[in-house]
Parts: sequence; structure tokens; C-alpha cells
Amino acid sequence: MPDLRANIAGIRSPNPFWLASAPPANSGEQIMRAFDAGWGGAVWKTLGQPIQNVSSRFGAIHHRGARGIGFNNIELITDRPLETNFREIYEVKKRYPEHAVVVSLMVETREEWQDIIKRSIDAGADGLELNFGCPHGMCERGMGSAVGQEPRVNERITSWAVDYSSVPVLVKLTPNVGDIVPHGRAAQRGGAHGVSLINTIKSIIGVDIDRFVPEPRVGGASSNGGYCGAAVRPIALHMTAALARDHEFGIPISGIGGITNWRDAVEFMLLGASTVQVCTEVMLRGYRIVEDMIEGLDEYMSEHGFATLADFVGKAIPAYSEWGDLDLNYETVAKIDAGKCIGCQLCVVACQDGAHQCIHPTGEGRVPVIDEGECVGCNLCQIVCPVPDCISMVQVDNGFQPATWNDHVATGAALRPKKGAH
Amino acid sequence: MSSVAQTSVARARSENAFSDFKPAYNEAQAMAEANRCLYCSDAPCITACPTGIDIPEFIRKISTGNLKGSARTIFEANILGMSCARVCPVETLCVGDCVYNQLGIPPIQIGKLQRYSTDRAYAKGWQFFQAGADSGKRVALVGAGPASLACAHLLRRRGHHCTLFEKREVVGGLNTTGVAPYKMKADRAADEVEWLLAIGGIEVRTGVELGRDLSVADLERDYDAVFVGFGLGPDGWLHAAGEDLEGVHGAVDYIERLKLGQVDLRDAQRALVLGGGNTAVDAVRELRGLGVADVRMVYRGDEAHMSGYAHEWAAAKVESITGVWRTVPTGFVGQGGKVAGVTALRADENKRPIPGTEHTLPADLVLLAIGQGKLGALLAEVDGVTVSRGRLVVDDQQHLGRPGWFAGGDCANGGKEVVNATAEGQHAARTIDAWLNDNHSLRGGQHA
Repeated sequence: MPDLRANIAGIRSPNPFWLASAPPANSGEQIMRAFDAGWGGAVWKTLGQPIQNVSSRFGAIHHRGARGIGFNNIELITDRPLETNFREIYEVKKRYPEHAVVVSLMVETREEWQDIIKRSIDAGADGLELNFGCPHGMCERGMGSAVGQEPRVNERITSWAVDYSSVPVLVKLTPNVGDIVPHGRAAQRGGAHGVSLINTIKSIIGVDIDRFVPEPRVGGASSNGGYCGAAVRPIALHMTAALARDHEFGIPISGIGGITNWRDAVEFMLLGASTVQVCTEVMLRGYRIVEDMIEGLDEYMSEHGFATLADFVGKAIPAYSEWGDLDLNYETVAKIDAGKCIGCQLCVVACQDGAHQCIHPTGEGRVPVIDEGECVGCNLCQIVCPVPDCISMVQVDNGFQPATWNDHVATGAALRPKKGAH
Repeated sequence: MSSVAQTSVARARSENAFSDFKPAYNEAQAMAEANRCLYCSDAPCITACPTGIDIPEFIRKISTGNLKGSARTIFEANILGMSCARVCPVETLCVGDCVYNQLGIPPIQIGKLQRYSTDRAYAKGWQFFQAGADSGKRVALVGAGPASLACAHLLRRRGHHCTLFEKREVVGGLNTTGVAPYKMKADRAADEVEWLLAIGGIEVRTGVELGRDLSVADLERDYDAVFVGFGLGPDGWLHAAGEDLEGVHGAVDYIERLKLGQVDLRDAQRALVLGGGNTAVDAVRELRGLGVADVRMVYRGDEAHMSGYAHEWAAAKVESITGVWRTVPTGFVGQGGKVAGVTALRADENKRPIPGTEHTLPADLVLLAIGQGKLGALLAEVDGVTVSRGRLVVDDQQHLGRPGWFAGGDCANGGKEVVNATAEGQHAARTIDAWLNDNHSLRGGQHA
């Protein structure tokens, strides 16, 4: 039976699944229901000076009937009184001593940081998360992503917080930067015990094309907000991996960004995340999704013989390579299983219009034929094919020894002839 | 002779008892179904459609909210797209060829999506086509069913003036008088006729019958070209003893009566429909739907041999209609002038009657659905026209053997679907347009 217990920077939880600092972690009543459902931890919705929110606040991308594959919000930090939040933190911690309760914080001055950290720890916080990521509303006031985009400010405020804190400090990073690595390193230099990433991506989710107003609409106007949900996962995975493989960066990562199920969580963990945080999918589906996350992770670990999370955290990092170190002589071509093909010919049009014109209708029957001499092995046909395992990418033995671009430049290593480049 | 288009039907009709067998989609249902479509390339559903509607394209347009564009895509290929959405046997055409069938996934409900799109186009009053610049040419169309309507509309788009001659007082052909009411009712068919005629320049003359009120010579004197789309003739009869008893009817005639007016079924407890084709299957379902308790279809072959669509017969069975197989009707017995039963022989596996197996099936209502007469004879004496087993013979351009004469629909194909009639009517319009543009005309013998 695998051990799902997590420990990130000394913050322990019964499993690696935490609620991210967001609407699902807005109150003690909610978080206790989440813990009852199985969540291992929660990062309390960011505390700071009282704010006022707008209506409406959320927007989403729906695609071919799938609702909310991308999501955005222009909501700010907690709008509840600080005293109420601290009282509820105390209550939750008293009732759920084994679960991780991390408090997200965002204030301006050194004095405010000192005060709010003390009160959070007094309330029973197991850890702190410094919100250096929020890309709307707060950053215009010099907080949130305004801090996270400036490594020196990030480092300075992190060091204050670490000084004032007796519990582990995580720094939540913004993805609204060109390269995440300097920002992760800055948090580490400031003494952070770990980082959380990504916060939301600066975005306009859509436009009301009849009213000529961006969404979500607040009367006759809108503002840029924070993009999240399943569609942002690739960006978050990259940033997680970029830090995890950085030779200077050496503190734990709590992965965030488009995690919807156990499989997504495993991907983050394979790229270096010790725990994961979820918001959007809970907003769309509820706390109950954690049952499948726990079960799925348990099953995955059992299948691979992983006893603890540490057995696979970061396991895919060695295979995250630079482009120049990829083997240019590795060759695949697409093969269609005629017995499975239903004749939709989506591969034909995709290859003709979007790839290398090597899949053709035969003129008799609906199963297309692949001109393997022209197939560059791009995967597009496999991506559009609606039938599981109908198109497979099969390795071709071309007789060439492995050779990367860097090998080729350095030593003149022989490269196979190019395909589809005439 | 009436010169006004008669598109209204009586309000009180027996067919009003029916509701749609396939209910209309609401927006949520249509979007869910449209989003399932794979948008196949060179899709099999298009090939399966006799009018070649670009089905994946119109479905995609529904899914993006381009409803007007979706309806335009449908009507560009099939001007009778609204009625075809309801009456097409999609199970054997587009839906039957949906690639999802091969995955064991329910196929896309193309007919229901087409209905969603075209119904909204009608409701919004969208008209996509205008009459072309006046060509000065006049085309006569004999019959005002789907083939002639589709042909006339396209001819108008090319600028030719059209006159429809219809022997009935109502236009629309079988769409108005024959379609099973759980698919489409007569008033909806009338809506379609009005929508088509809104293009203007299509004159409709009802109560005019070729051979009675109108001659070939009349047509060739007054028109530049003629399209024949007069459909099939009256119900076929057994010509057996007792056929004139009260309670024995031709099925097509009876269906027309229940669609356009009212039939009295108060005394009908046991009904027999003789035949195994689609008219027979429609008739049994309609009688059952109107409340006849015991409805049976009498067919000389086995269930597997019947020519009626399997999906329609399956629906009939669900409605507790039964089949009487391998049974050959030989006559009718009556009591007090009213039918009381059908005499019949059992048949072998080759549908041949077995002597000595005479028996009687009790019935107080009998409909004959053993085929319809062909009207080809109306033109059999006309030079150049070939009639084969009552059917007008046309070439692949819908051309009758006589210059300037064209035909399509049931009178030429022997009796197929509305969508086939539409395809043939539209195809004929393109041929006629080309012929007229070559400066041919029937008038003044310019065709030689």
C-alpha cells in the first residue's frame, strides 16, 4: 500500500492534494468540508488589508461543449474581516490537526508583514504562502505580481517574512515573467523554504462582441484578470520543470496550474512538484473530485512500485532536455491500423493542410494511405484521429547512429536526410 | 382553373392527433449534438445525401452560432431542406453512413440538426435567394410536388418564369398529402411552399390536370420548356371480389384524407393493411396512432423480405402493431355491405400461394398498400417520350426523349424519397437552364 503522505518544506499533510488560495479556500466552513472530502491541505484565501470586490468576477472559455477549459477572474484577496479569518483558522486547525493549513498573505509595509505573520502563526498556521503573484487589482497597488516580477523586491520581502516567521514560508510565483528561474532563485536567496507556482496569467478571457466590452463585464467595462484552468497546465508544467532542473534552485515546489485529476498531479510531481494545489477544477466540480485523485494516485504508485511520493517526484526531470540535445536521427512514421480506421479522413485534411501532405485518400474505400517516404513523424494525424490506437507513430531503423544538433555542430556527426523539406 | 397558390389547409384534420416521433431539438440539445460531430473530411454523410448537403459544414456553423450560415449551406444544396430534415429516412442515408456507427457510438442526428437550423430560418423569415434577371423564358412544370417545386425555385434563381400546374387544389405533392403526420403535417408542408414561392415569379395553377384541362400542344405553344413532375397515380387494387365493400380503401387515398380532412374511425376495431412497403408501414402506424386497437400488416413474404424500412417497422412493432407474414389476400367478405374480413392463402418461402390454405382474417377496415399506378401513360403517345412499365424514362440529365421536355421525381424514378425528387428537380433545372441559354425553345419549333 503506497504512502501518500506529503512533506513540503516541513509542512506535512495526509496526501499531496491541497486547495489553492482561492474561493474554495475562502472560509473555515468550506475548508473543513474539503478536509472531510479528503483534501490533505489548504492554502487559505489571501489575507491582507480589506478590499472590495466587483460583480461579475469570472469568465471562462468553453470549447465544443466542454465548459470552462480555461478560466479567469478579477476577484481580489479576501473581503472578509481579518479577525473572522484568524478565528476560523484557529478552529480548523483545532479540529484537523493532521491537515496542512497554510495561510496566504499579501500586505505592503514591513510592519504590516510583521503583524499579519504573527497573527497567522498565533491562529495556528502550519506555514505561510507569500502571494507575489496576483496579476490584477493588487499589483497596481504595488503588491502581488508587482513584487513577483522584481527579483530584488521578492528577495527583500521574502527575507522579512522569513525573519518574522517561526513556520515554513512558501513564495507563490507569478508566471507573468519571461523566465521563471531568476524569480525562484530570488525567493530562495530571501530564505524561502519553498515556492508555489504558478499563480494566474495576465489575461483577457474574451469580449462581448455585441456590447463591445471585454469579459467578465462589470457594467460597461472590464479589466485584465488572472487566467487559469486546464488550458494553462502546459505553461505551469514548463515553469515547474524549469525550476526543478535549475542547478542553483534547490527548495521544494508546490505545483499549481490547471490540475484537474490525479493524472495531471502525477505529471507535476514527475516534473519536480512535491505537492500540488487545485482551484479551478474544484470551483467547477466541487471538493468531491479529490476521491478520484487519491485513488488514482494510489493505483498509479502501486502499478509502478512507488512506496512514497519521493520515489517519483522529479523522475521525468532528467528527460527534460534542451532541443539541441535531442537525437535528430530518431525517426518515426505514422501507421494507420486499417482494421480500426472509421474513414473520417481527419488525418488526411490535417496532413494536407497542416503538415507535410503525405496522407492521401486512396480513391477506393475510406482508409487513407500514408506515404512513409514523405512522413516526417510530426504526430498531427495521431492527434486528430478520433479512434484510440488507430494511428501509431512507429520508429524506423534508418541505420544512422544517434546524433544531436550539438553533436553535429561540434563533431560533424552524420544526420539522416531531411524528409518533407523539398 | 384557379390562378392563386393554394397553400392553406383545413384547420380540423385527423392528423392533428399526432405528435412528432422525433421531437425538435432545443438549443441545448442542438449544441450538444453539433459539438459531437467530427467534421469529417470528404464526409460519407455528404455522399449518402442525394442532394449532397455539406453536412459537416452546416453542423459546424450551428456549433459556432452561425445559424444563418448553417441554413444557407443546407438550402444551397437542397431547397426543400426543411421538409427533408423531417421526412428523410436518415437512418438509411446520412445518419446511416456516419462514421460513429463504426465505433459503436450513436451517430450524429443529422436530420434533427437540419430541422433545428431550417426551422429557425423559417421562423426568422430568412430568404437566401433572389430571382435572377428576367430571361424572358417561360417554363411549365406539370405537378406541384417536391420535384417541380425544387426545379421551379432554381429556375427562378436563373431568371426564368415558371408556371406550376397542379391537378389538386393543394400544392406540395406528397409532402402535403402523404407524409406520415408524426414526421410532418400538411400545414408545415404548406409553410414550405409559401417560403419557396416567396421568391416571386412562380405562378401556381391548381385544379389543372394534364390530358383533361391541358394538352401537350398547349404546353409546347405557350412555354419554352416543360418539366414533368406529376408523381405516381392512384392506389393499386387487387381486382378481387368484394373490393367495393364499405371499409375498403386505397392506402394513399386514405392517408390523403386523414391529412387534409377527417376520417371516421369510431367503428374501426380491427384494421388490416395489405402490403409490405413503406406506404403499408406508414398506414399501420397512422391507424394505430388514431386509436384503432388492433392493426395488422398483411404481407405475402417474411418479415425479412418486406421493402418497408426496417427502422420504421421496428417503431411500428413498439406501437404493438403486428405482422401477418406469408399471407396472400385473395378477396374480401362483407356483411350488410360493410367489409368483415379478408380471405387469404398462406404462401411458401418464395411468396407463392399454397393451394388449399384458404382462410379469413376478420377486419372492419382494410387499406390496400400494394403499390401505386404509374402516370407515364399520359405521355406514352407523345413522340420521343419513352415509357417503361409506366415510368417516364429520362437520361442522366433528367431529359425526356423529346427536346425541351424534362422530368424528375416519382414519375421518373418509380417512387423514391422527397430528397430524391428534390435532387432530380434541381438537376433538371440546371439542364433546362443550359438548354434555354443555348437559345432553344419549344415555342416556334426553335428546338430543332
